[in-house]
Amino acid sequence: MQQNELIPHLFRTEYSKIVAVLYNSFKLKHLETAEDIASETFLKATEIWGIKGIPENPTAWLYTVAKNKVKDYFKHNAVLEKQIKEAIKSNDVEPEQGFEFSAQNIADSQLAMIFSVCNPNNSTEAQVCLSLQILCGFSVEEIANAFLTKPETIKKRLHRARTTLRDSNFKIKVLSEAQIKTRLDSVLKTLYLLFNEGYSSKTDNQFIRKDLCSEALRLTFILTENTLTNTPQANALLALMCYQSSRFDARTSDKGEVILFENQDRSLWDNELIEKGNHYLINAYKGNEVSKYHLEATIAYWHTTPTDNNKWQHILQLYNQLILIEYSPVTALNRTFAFARVYGNEKGIQEAEKLHMEEQPYYHSLLGYMYADINTDKAVCHYEKAVELSKSRVEKQILAKEIKRLSGKNAGSS
Amino acid sequence: MIDRIDLSSPVYKFSGNKYIFVPVLHAQSSLRCNHKIKKMKEFLLVFRADYKTMPNASPEEMQATTQRWMNWVAGIAAQEKLVDRGNRLVNSGKVLKSDGVISDGPYTEIKESILGYTLVKATSLDEATALAKGCPVLSIGGNVEIREINAL
Repeated sequence: MQQNELIPHLFRTEYSKIVAVLYNSFKLKHLETAEDIASETFLKATEIWGIKGIPENPTAWLYTVAKNKVKDYFKHNAVLEKQIKEAIKSNDVEPEQGFEFSAQNIADSQLAMIFSVCNPNNSTEAQVCLSLQILCGFSVEEIANAFLTKPETIKKRLHRARTTLRDSNFKIKVLSEAQIKTRLDSVLKTLYLLFNEGYSSKTDNQFIRKDLCSEALRLTFILTENTLTNTPQANALLALMCYQSSRFDARTSDKGEVILFENQDRSLWDNELIEKGNHYLINAYKGNEVSKYHLEATIAYWHTTPTDNNKWQHILQLYNQLILIEYSPVTALNRTFAFARVYGNEKGIQEAEKLHMEEQPYYHSLLGYMYADINTDKAVCHYEKAVELSKSRVEKQILAKEIKRLSGKNAGSS
Repeated sequence: MIDRIDLSSPVYKFSGNKYIFVPVLHAQSSLRCNHKIKKMKEFLLVFRADYKTMPNASPEEMQATTQRWMNWVAGIAAQEKLVDRGNRLVNSGKVLKSDGVISDGPYTEIKESILGYTLVKATSLDEATALAKGCPVLSIGGNVEIREINAL
């Protein structure tokens, strides 16, 4: 990796670790102090590496600099305290204690941080924004891009969320088992959305996307390593992420074009991740719970496994259960596709037409597909509607090609 | 408009002449349909059938029946019109009358008894009735009664 890629990459992966460890180790009064130190560390890296080149072990370099900055901070603070309010003993100044950027300390601190960010007093959206910023080192612009909102909106949202955190006077070390249990749902949801941002975010930057996915995976993995948070749902979510990540390299070409599922080179699928997915899915089914994550992971499992005769029957039943747990238009459409795979296109059409999603391009392309061999005129009509509604240039092209094919067929037969 | 993306909700779409699986695209609420903006009323669907005429099903048949019910109820959920999938009822029960007499089972006097119920939402009684079409109880000679909820 070149320096111009390395620093942003390290920023996304290391910034949050540094913040979490500092915040957790020194009981800093404000999260901002930890963030300032982490930011200064990266600023220094940019300066020094630009002149002297990238050190042999950039991560270790960052940790050392961060540690020194902490020392400076306490020294500076001690002087301030002495000069300005001599009589008042500040809680902020902790005697310098030993701390390490060890894997264990990072994991513990980040677990603590995940739960601190997922404060129920903040909206889910705010929690996700905050996670992207604090846990994944995202800039305001990047978050705005992910949410399709203006940076100012995100800034305001983050500001409010941080105020809530500060006001709740959150102390991670005393988080009780009960609190962990009540917060785990929003933690899982946040991690799920984090992974989504990486897996299919709007940005074309493959580095950002891959980092995001592996960060979400890593954070979810941390959950499964702690007895309090190693729940069936956490395992199911991790399994889902493993299955989806297994196709990461197969889904884009060297030129950055999207390669669709059926056309993917299966030798590029990461078998190790599929195996891991299987492992966590088995763990997830220990117990009686079947959550949304279980169902989605199981659907992903069927898509990564070699074809089974009843594959679509299984997938349909899973979508049936999924839509009963939580409605989403995409689940409704996907369920209909699975339905058509099991019962044929004619029944699929009947099922689809009940959905009345006339403003949805996928609704029309699905109908167009199912009508293709039954009623060419109707198929073309739906495809045309889909082209009209679609926002994607690539998709419009693919649909137009199909219209052309069908129109040709029609002209030939008459 | 589709404006968010969801790892778990693949969309099946075109490539060349094939319809294929793509793990992309999650639709936000903005994608939801117009008919959902209209005022929805709730309806209770009550399924009735004659237990005596119901065949003893093999495990395979029972599984197929479960699948038909799942398909039907999920089909309503896919239209965002399911309020509560409801439940089945055990086929035995008691009836308490105004004179204090208790009798066994509802089916000693009435031919058809209630098998279960589901709660749906629709803009009209006709629309609710349309939802009942395809209910698996119809295929065993039963019926569905559709009643609007008159909320207290």
